[in-house]
Amino acid sequence: MMINQEFAEGSTWVHKLDPRLKILMVVMLAIIVAVGESMPMLIQAVLLASFFIVAAKLSWKKVLKRLLVINFFIFGIWIFIPFTYPGTALFYLGPLTASYEGVIYALRITLRSNAIMLAMIALLSTSEMTSLLQAMKQLYIPEKLIYLFFFVYRYIHVIADEFSTLHNSVLNRGFKPRTNLHSYRTYAYLVGMLLIKSYDRSNRVYQAMLARGFKGKLYIRDNFSISVSDLLVFSATVVLISWFIMIEVGLIII
Amino acid sequence: MHISEGVLTAPILVTGAVTAVSGVAVGLKSMKDCQIPKVAIVTAALFVAALIHVPLGPTSVHLVLNGIAGIILGWQVFPAFLVALVLQLLLFQFGGLTVLGVNVVLMATPAIICYYLFKSVFNLSRQQDSTYLLGGAAFICGGLAIVISTLIMAGVLMLAEDSFLQLARVIIVSHLPVLVIEAVLSMLVVVFLLRVKPQLLEEF
Repeated sequence: MMINQEFAEGSTWVHKLDPRLKILMVVMLAIIVAVGESMPMLIQAVLLASFFIVAAKLSWKKVLKRLLVINFFIFGIWIFIPFTYPGTALFYLGPLTASYEGVIYALRITLRSNAIMLAMIALLSTSEMTSLLQAMKQLYIPEKLIYLFFFVYRYIHVIADEFSTLHNSVLNRGFKPRTNLHSYRTYAYLVGMLLIKSYDRSNRVYQAMLARGFKGKLYIRDNFSISVSDLLVFSATVVLISWFIMIEVGLIII
Repeated sequence: MHISEGVLTAPILVTGAVTAVSGVAVGLKSMKDCQIPKVAIVTAALFVAALIHVPLGPTSVHLVLNGIAGIILGWQVFPAFLVALVLQLLLFQFGGLTVLGVNVVLMATPAIICYYLFKSVFNLSRQQDSTYLLGGAAFICGGLAIVISTLIMAGVLMLAEDSFLQLARVIIVSHLPVLVIEAVLSMLVVVFLLRVKPQLLEEF
């Protein structure tokens, strides 16, 4: 399993930024970037997000590896859209015609996804999951949802271990996955067993919680404080996002 | 199954978000405090199970299991998928932040339909031993969930931009084998659960 928090280890100002402000910044940036059409705005958004990555001193190699996933999907768009989007012809590939507008459209999607992902990696992955949950609680996300999130996150690792135990025991008995009903039945029983074990575990966990005096409330430590430099970064981001909005609606033409 | 960031237009994103929020609200409202650990740990199990790659000829496909999720979790499937998708986004960079609503709807709507379908067959078959009947219902649910998810995905893409038609066709065709695998797997999982731990299907 590739569940780790390697980016959360660090001590730059990006890491120390208040998680509540980080979440707000990412959401604002994601919204304007996701609906924005203006090319200069999108390019500047990518630059802003990259700036946060650089400021957080994250390894570009690891960041690019993470970006690979979305760009794989975007690659699919590049295969189709330039050739199916109507517009003036840009170049020909055999019987297919790539339109100028189609290329611009695909480019826009590429910039958008990468800008948002970069911002998320730079701002969210640099906080511990527990801090993010605390921050979400203070941003009025329903408590039940946060408890649910907390438990899922807590138990994914446990269940993943349980799964690899089950999987190893199947492999040790000489199971070779193939395209046949026997393999599918084996996988189905693995999934079924995993569900049953998890269900039983959840009963034990709940009883253990009751035994420790659980009364339907989790106490999440909340000791955030917004420093002056946090406010400065936040205001600067808000100013930049307003600048993006002005470019987008055409108040400023670059 | 998910749509990436930056592809859809604002009206679709907003509609998706509003629908998802309503679904999550219904789910949270019907979830008692004592159910939180149960929903969470089953969600974690489904999250892990969805990382399994099942061989299919020369390639492999990963499981989706939203039919099973619906059958087991009922309306809790909305908050469950929201949490699972946020975790996928934070841990693996799958999906996207602004498309979260659309992706939750894409996964959870078929799950809810499967929930009601399976529940009605389940109530019908209380009297006699009916492993085959429920297995058949699970087979249909597993396949149907993929069909609906794929159609929502293709429809939403085409609403965003007409020239996605070609891409939507490819998406639909490439999900046909997934459909078969999900139907078979869902049937086998439900039959297994009925034999080993039927409470799991009655709880929610």
